[in-house]
Amino acid sequence: MTTEVKHITEYPVYAKVLIGLLVLTTFTILVPWLDLTAFTALIALVLASTKAGIVMTYFMHLKVEYILLKILVIMVLAIYVSVIILTFSDYIFR
Amino acid sequence: MDHIEMQRDDVGAKLGMWVFIFTEILLFGGLFLVYAVMRHRYTADFHQASLQLNTFIGALNTVVLLISSMTVAMSITAVQKKDKRMATILLCITLLCAVIFLVDKYFEWGHKISMTLYPGTDLMQSLKHGYILFFSLYFFMTGLHMLHLVIGAVILVIALTKVRMGLINDEHYVLLENGGLYWHLVDLIWIFLFPLLYLVT
Repeated sequence: MTTEVKHITEYPVYAKVLIGLLVLTTFTILVPWLDLTAFTALIALVLASTKAGIVMTYFMHLKVEYILLKILVIMVLAIYVSVIILTFSDYIFR
Repeated sequence: MDHIEMQRDDVGAKLGMWVFIFTEILLFGGLFLVYAVMRHRYTADFHQASLQLNTFIGALNTVVLLISSMTVAMSITAVQKKDKRMATILLCITLLCAVIFLVDKYFEWGHKISMTLYPGTDLMQSLKHGYILFFSLYFFMTGLHMLHLVIGAVILVIALTKVRMGLINDEHYVLLENGGLYWHLVDLIWIFLFPLLYLVT
């Protein structure tokens, strides 16, 4: 039987995380209005990735999870990023 | 035979959920990749087509999902603190958010369907290739996301029932944790869907 150490995250922590996420969402909506053309998509992706990182770290409790799980998550993301790079390098330089 | 103990492996249960989430990330990841390549190819069409989407509804749904993500995470804290009433309230708020999301989607999709702006109609056939691709991807990705949201809500209803029955308690709450993880996945996918579909310029 595997027992877990109980991590209790207090309510205010979650509330602060939500406020942070809402601020980032506001930025996400405002960025296209700034008309930065080439950088809009890039900024949108950076903001979305930041938000996703925050959700995974705090809401999904990766912050307090064991190291092996963190490594697994990083590996899956690395696999996905390499697939993106491979696809685009194939598509652009074909 | 008085000492029959249930075999419990919470760490294993959660790892299993994570492995499932990995497959989901790659499933949606594949769709995002198709979207990225097509957007790269039909930039102007994608931009024009995305203007048809209602940014306000998209933004509202983003906020609704973020709030629901917080309440579901808080419900775990409530269960850990043996606060059954709080856990119930928080899970009910989460489910309410799910309903609001679906109602928004009903109006959003309903508007497009009433305009016959969906794959297979004469109007769609007459549009440029990039438009057809955009709307096909839009309906498929938001539809698949919506399916996940409904499944997540069903899991949370089960978790809520078990919290009420005392089957999920401060000693045994891995089902709620896994249901929560799934719910956060629904949120994660939307975090990427929203800017990509609604805010492409």
